[in-house]
Amino acid sequence: MTSVTALASTVSAAFLGSLVEVVEAFTIVLAVGITRSWRPALIGSGLALILLVVIVLIFGPLIALIPIHLMQFVVGVLLLLFGMRWLRKAILRAAGVIPLHDEALAFAKETDILMRQAAERRADWLAGVAAFKAVLLEGVEVVFIVIAVGTSRGLTFYAGLGALAAVVLVMVVGAVLHRPLTQIPENALKFAVGLMLTAFGIFWLGEGIGAEWPGADLALLGILLLLGAVSALAVSLARRSNPISRGVR
Amino acid sequence: MTLIKSILAELISLFVDDGNLALQVVALVVLVTVITKLAGISALASAAVLVVGCVVILIASVLRKARSG
Repeated sequence: MTSVTALASTVSAAFLGSLVEVVEAFTIVLAVGITRSWRPALIGSGLALILLVVIVLIFGPLIALIPIHLMQFVVGVLLLLFGMRWLRKAILRAAGVIPLHDEALAFAKETDILMRQAAERRADWLAGVAAFKAVLLEGVEVVFIVIAVGTSRGLTFYAGLGALAAVVLVMVVGAVLHRPLTQIPENALKFAVGLMLTAFGIFWLGEGIGAEWPGADLALLGILLLLGAVSALAVSLARRSNPISRGVR
Repeated sequence: MTLIKSILAELISLFVDDGNLALQVVALVVLVTVITKLAGISALASAAVLVVGCVVILIASVLRKARSG
């Protein structure tokens, strides 16, 4: 059952979610490349990508063996935990309760760490490890998003294309600009992705449990709209409840 | 070893940030599963409980954090 709603929501969730993660990984790899050299940056990133491919090759075929309702249930629970964590954080950032993620600050912090390590004999190793860790951790999130939003409907290939498009976009823009991608409205993206992943999580979990969604796939849109309205309300309530936000405003 | 530990810790934090939020989500999943499979409430009502439960948990978690500063 592949409707336009399912395909569009799957590809856009995979693209936007991956975009956020790839931008964060790119910031660290760029810091390593510029501060230390491109050799450890590329070796660390390359090894992490190879490990990610191995993880996908090992676990990908295993997922196909899981019965569909059990898979929808497990994916639904994980997506709910993952999505609500993102959404909660995005709401708190939008309300001014916690600070916004700043790519320029992340770049400056990583650069500072690398410069302090520059005198060490194993500076190249440490720089490579930093790139490896960043690409691996953000990459695992991308793999999770692709599998979670794609598998339950057999749309993993299309979800993968969405993620690949995000990687290519960041690489091209990053290669041209050669600096952290600070202009990307990260919290707005995280807000949108948090809404999508939470909606997917609720939907799949319901399917896995045996709940009935009125309108079938269209219920996903309904859940998304409801979550959007509730989140907007939550931003407003959080702003009023938070002493710091109240003081600033 | 430190690298592996830190990677594992960050992997767990992908799903569990606010412990209360994670616990409440798991409790809701258990509740909806039980009332659907054992108590025999309608499939439509299960869906409604799931959606409303998620909304309540999300707002409560946000407000708890906002009030604590």
